[in-house]
Amino acid sequence: MAKYIDLTQDNFDATIAEGVTMVDFWAPWCGPCRMIAPVVEELAEDFDGKAKICKVNTDEQQEISVKYGIRSIPAILFFKDGELVDQVVGAASKDAFADKINAQLA
Amino acid sequence: MLDCAIIGGGPAGLTAGLYATRGGLQKVTLFDAGVLGGQITKSSEIENYPGFFDNTKTGLDFMESWQKQCFAFGLKHEYKKVARVEKVEEHFKVIFDNGEAIEAMTVIVATGSTPRRAGFKGEDEFFGKGVSTCATCDGFFYKDKPVTVLGGGDTALEEAFFLSNICSDVYVVHRRDEFKAAPPTLDRAMRKENIHLITNSVIDEAYGGMMGLDGVKIKNTQTDEITDMANTGLFVFVGLNVNNGVLKDENGDFICEMNEQGQVVVDLKMNTSLKGLFVAGDLRIDAPKQVVSAAGDGSIAALQVISYLQEMQ
Repeated sequence: MAKYIDLTQDNFDATIAEGVTMVDFWAPWCGPCRMIAPVVEELAEDFDGKAKICKVNTDEQQEISVKYGIRSIPAILFFKDGELVDQVVGAASKDAFADKINAQLA
Repeated sequence: MLDCAIIGGGPAGLTAGLYATRGGLQKVTLFDAGVLGGQITKSSEIENYPGFFDNTKTGLDFMESWQKQCFAFGLKHEYKKVARVEKVEEHFKVIFDNGEAIEAMTVIVATGSTPRRAGFKGEDEFFGKGVSTCATCDGFFYKDKPVTVLGGGDTALEEAFFLSNICSDVYVVHRRDEFKAAPPTLDRAMRKENIHLITNSVIDEAYGGMMGLDGVKIKNTQTDEITDMANTGLFVFVGLNVNNGVLKDENGDFICEMNEQGQVVVDLKMNTSLKGLFVAGDLRIDAPKQVVSAAGDGSIAALQVISYLQEMQ
């Protein structure tokens, strides 16, 4: 079963460098983040081998959060070959996230 | 053909689903493209729902238990965004944003409301980048830092209190000199040393740069004096707009009777002016915008759907 990748300062840049990556910035105390957590897990399975589905715990990884100006979570950033190409602030449906990933895969 | 299509998964829609399915309807589907639970899931506390009195629990904790119960009797949920509802002869067509549609004998619209924007300069530009409508989501980004709250109602002061336990100082900016919030909520905020109430004032401008909001300018409406509040996050709680879009036809006209504020005219049984179409929760006229009343509306609408379908047979 494919699982999402937990990103830290050590593996962030290397992970997003190639291909399509979705990164969910979240925190344990954030209600809407908890609600989209199952969606992120499903996306990790659905896009196994096609796109990387990742999570960043904003409590623990403050440097990454600051770098991308995260001030509101959940914030879902989409990268293609290392470049930020799209983002969603706030909870949304699985389809909405899948559409954004597919748009970058196309 | 569904017995009943429910649009919206907040307290009104979930309760309608519970009552409709437990009341014997077999084919009931709730359509909501977002997260279930409604606006209360963004709230840091819920103190006025009888039977639930636990100040360690958030609005989200509270709504999690609803889902298990409301889906226990056969209610289905589909993650679909509804574009509009159309009456076709004796039944309804629910049309989704991707152009697909389903048919239903009855429809309960419980799409609720969303936080209103205040309309100051920079609000849209910095929304999600320092301007927020969710203290439980974003408060922790301002740990031990000052924040500004705009608004004078219950939500504004409840969330100001929540923020006061995280942030160094909370400046509550309100355009009037008196607050609308319930007395216990206002008292609690006034007793908190790091909550500062700034009355007769509005946000003149939110400013910042590439990395988001840097600060806000607060204007006193009596003296026109501007105070610069640097290094702050801004939380806006200035009321709600109803989500009535699904009730507009292709030409943008409403399919049922509305009032001037865009709320749906209903009777005490949640009947709209269109037979078989019911509305529950914040979207209706005179809605108190409370979880307990939205739930009440949902139950009334579902019971009415059941008797409407019996009469049709």
